[in-house]
Amino acid sequence: MRYYSTAAALAILFLLPLGWAGVASVQGQAGSGQATGVGFGNYKAMAEYGEGIGTYLANTAAVAVMTVVGTLVVSALGGYAFARFRFPGKELLFLATLAILMVPYATILIPLYVVLGHLGLQNSLVGLSLVLIMFQLPFAIFMMRNSFEAVPRELEEAALVDGCTTFSALRRILLRAVRPGLITVGLFAFLASWNDFFAPLILLSDGDKFTLPVAVVAMRERSFGAIDYGALEAGVMVMALPCIVLFLFLQRHYVQGFTTGALRG
Amino acid sequence: MTTQTIDRVVTRPRGRGTLAQRRSLIGMAYAAPTAVIVGVFFLLPLGLVFWMSANRWRVLGSPSFNFPDNYANVADNQLFRDSVSFTLKYTAITTIVLSAVALGLALLVQNQRPGVGLLRTAYFLPGAVGFAAASLLFYGFYSGSGPFDSALRDLGIIDEPINWLGTPNAALFSTIAMVTWRFAGFNMLILLTGLQSIPTDVYEAARSDGASSWQTFRYITLPLLRPTIALMLVLSITGSLLAFDQFFILTRGGPDGSTVSMVMVIFREGFTRFNLGSAAAISVLLLIVLVALNVVQLRVLGRDR
Repeated sequence: MRYYSTAAALAILFLLPLGWAGVASVQGQAGSGQATGVGFGNYKAMAEYGEGIGTYLANTAAVAVMTVVGTLVVSALGGYAFARFRFPGKELLFLATLAILMVPYATILIPLYVVLGHLGLQNSLVGLSLVLIMFQLPFAIFMMRNSFEAVPRELEEAALVDGCTTFSALRRILLRAVRPGLITVGLFAFLASWNDFFAPLILLSDGDKFTLPVAVVAMRERSFGAIDYGALEAGVMVMALPCIVLFLFLQRHYVQGFTTGALRG
Repeated sequence: MTTQTIDRVVTRPRGRGTLAQRRSLIGMAYAAPTAVIVGVFFLLPLGLVFWMSANRWRVLGSPSFNFPDNYANVADNQLFRDSVSFTLKYTAITTIVLSAVALGLALLVQNQRPGVGLLRTAYFLPGAVGFAAASLLFYGFYSGSGPFDSALRDLGIIDEPINWLGTPNAALFSTIAMVTWRFAGFNMLILLTGLQSIPTDVYEAARSDGASSWQTFRYITLPLLRPTIALMLVLSITGSLLAFDQFFILTRGGPDGSTVSMVMVIFREGFTRFNLGSAAAISVLLLIVLVALNVVQLRVLGRDR
């Protein structure tokens, strides 16, 4: 019994800030979007800020979709190459990919700001997504290589003997076999791209391109005097809820990715 | 040797040779997207940052070579020197607090029993929230409208709101509390994978020898968990040395610039003072420290295995 009361008290402590943010986001506060009572006034105030929350949500979703799809495509092809083929430069490329983990975020983003400028990708959601894909690659490639290696070769060889190209073997047979790996990689890519703050802060300069975290921080910076905490927590909830829901549904995949990839990577 | 190789290539049955070569080409094609992303968005900028650090490089205008001015200026940069000692202090305290809390949580939920899955989920759930969102959440949480202040005010214990971020120490420890909340579950998961790889018969042997639960922990769990603990410490140390979001958003470097981290100085040099060369020089120094740390980590972990 003592075990459960201690454990439950701790659980409440960990859930309290999230619960409070949820309550504060709908609670009334004099002089805010929700003057009295309980309702979605704070969310309305949040929605009407700047370019409108719709723009920021759309930007964030666009970056998340591009990052997730890009990471999945690149790491599925790359993982297949590393698991099943021999080609010159293979070890070197694999090491270079893993080396991304060793370099501080800031060290690479300062020159990336210049590189993206030369590529015509400054202040661009596509440029931001390409950078976020790069940051995902060490984990994603490692994870997908292991996933492909775990698939028995016979499965693919039977198809190749039947005259399938390697690509149709990958598309028709192997992708189904590595689906758990793909879900894990996609989940990590989504959580990282939806929430990233430092990269969009440096790489995006116009308000109408901002993603949610940058936009909500900018909203707070611009509100001189009394900060509208209700609207602030409404913004937090808009950012946090999709991640919490997704995590609760895909928890098994998250933990799996954690034990097989993240730790050894 | 050379002629032999040529002979082999020439005399090799044509079909087999081209098949191996074709496989190699196909493999390169599959790896090409990875190579492009890693090359253009990682290796190229990694080289460029060294070149930038040797130039007077403004956001506008063309760069000019000025080595070693940027590095010499780093040594004179009082803001950066303060940020180094602050970041080290933050890293030390955070790593200790975070590891202790994570170890406690992991031991609490390591055994299967009814409801333990829910507890693990509850402890981890803050980790699903983005770090920037978590920092903003706590900015409100620590404000006068936060739950602690409201409760204490309702009970009549305080009249004025508590200033959770008001003094340098308050700001530091309030931030560490937030970081612990956000990352304890994450580190708990790391430790759980280590705990679960300890074979159960080791524990059974200890129990049949009459070891107390403290002795079991001290002489079995802790030594066998050492590689996992080392990994957690390294992740926590490198993460804390690169702290940015929490101080940029939650404390905004204040009060009086007392919570400015090293990465915040890089950001300020590059994007407030528009001096990218100086930002690059500090970034290179940070890179060297981090790579050295990683090498030490690999040595230590390698020895344990």
